[in-house]
Amino acid sequence: MNGKNPFASTAGIIVVGAIIGVAAILLQKFGNPANMGICVACFERDIAGGLGLHRAAIVQYIRPEIIGFVLGSLGMSLAVGEFRPRGGSSPLVRFVLGMIAAVGALVFLGCPWRTILRLAGGDGNALFGLAGLVCGIAGGTFFFKRGYSLGSSVKQNPAAGWLFPLIMAGMLGLYLAFPQVPGQAQSGPLFYSQSGPGAAHAPFLLSFGVALVIGALAQRSRFCTMGAFRDLILFRYAHLFFGVAAMFVAAIVANMLTGGFHAGFENQPVAHTDGLWNFLGMVTAGLAFALAGGCPGRQLFMAGEGDSDAAVFALGMLVGAAMAHNLGTASSAAGIGAYGAQATIIGLVLCLFIGFAFSRKA
Amino acid sequence: MLIDTRGLSCPQPVLMVYPHLSGSEPVDVLVDNTTSQENVSRAAAKNGWKVEAREEGDGIVRLELRK
Repeated sequence: MNGKNPFASTAGIIVVGAIIGVAAILLQKFGNPANMGICVACFERDIAGGLGLHRAAIVQYIRPEIIGFVLGSLGMSLAVGEFRPRGGSSPLVRFVLGMIAAVGALVFLGCPWRTILRLAGGDGNALFGLAGLVCGIAGGTFFFKRGYSLGSSVKQNPAAGWLFPLIMAGMLGLYLAFPQVPGQAQSGPLFYSQSGPGAAHAPFLLSFGVALVIGALAQRSRFCTMGAFRDLILFRYAHLFFGVAAMFVAAIVANMLTGGFHAGFENQPVAHTDGLWNFLGMVTAGLAFALAGGCPGRQLFMAGEGDSDAAVFALGMLVGAAMAHNLGTASSAAGIGAYGAQATIIGLVLCLFIGFAFSRKA
Repeated sequence: MLIDTRGLSCPQPVLMVYPHLSGSEPVDVLVDNTTSQENVSRAAAKNGWKVEAREEGDGIVRLELRK
């Protein structure tokens, strides 16, 4: 283990948060969807679509950002000697939590990163999402105080740590071998959106390059949006929160400077105005993130460090996102999906069951 | 007092150490990942403790928390 890590300092996390905020707005300017410069839940949903796991034609694209996050974290963890293949801490529970997290996030339409970006773009609906996220995480701290634990992870065979980054590298290979063909919905085995959010994307090199840098920096700084609120509620520690606050401030300033700030509730990009389900969707997702020990971004960075439990969570999100579109639980700009409310409640009940079942005092 | 947090990830290591930070008895904490090492050290320092890190081999570090 290393002695000094400048990114573990308060200044370090603030710098990383600010870089992520500016990078997200940069990606929006270069083609990513509005208020969605980076959204881990949305982008995993797009990847699920790109692989044909769901057939919602407007959200299909192999997002290089997700691949870059994992490979950037892998590179950095190898460079500083923090690549540590590990796993075995209730993987199936983590898979289910990942599924629930994706379903809940897609009722609101965004992960915690996009919650911040939507707020920084002036989308008032995201206030309900943020409130839900904080409540969900607060619910998680209730279980932590009761001794909630998914159990210890153990050191694993290096192959277990390499597998998820290799899957990502394989996906990168597929993307490069079968690039988007203008006017065509399919290129080889991959699906590409012709319209909608999936068709809006920055150039590959920019998306991938920015994501590699963020992956590397976030690995060092342990940037985590869920941990930010969890530590604040649980210990009154603001360290990670400073990172999230810096991301928000940087994004809002970048939006103001580039004309990307439009305050209001109506006609916000890739958003609906159903406050109750914006709130409850993120309560469910926030609780799932808390019980799994990290926001979707952090799970990808940990997966890059060799944490196969985090990789299982990410795969759960991929499957959950696909199901959300196949089963009509995902929202759209028109409102929540036909079964969005039911899925949110079922997810919440499952999270509560997991929370109580894995608490020592239960 | 020895607290073994090996195999656990945040916030559990800090949660296990947290109740002891209000006292003054020396506490040793075993951690096996840098994130936990940083989190426990940060929590201890915030509460006025001095932290010494000793490598125990195989990626395990003993954090000696002293008031």
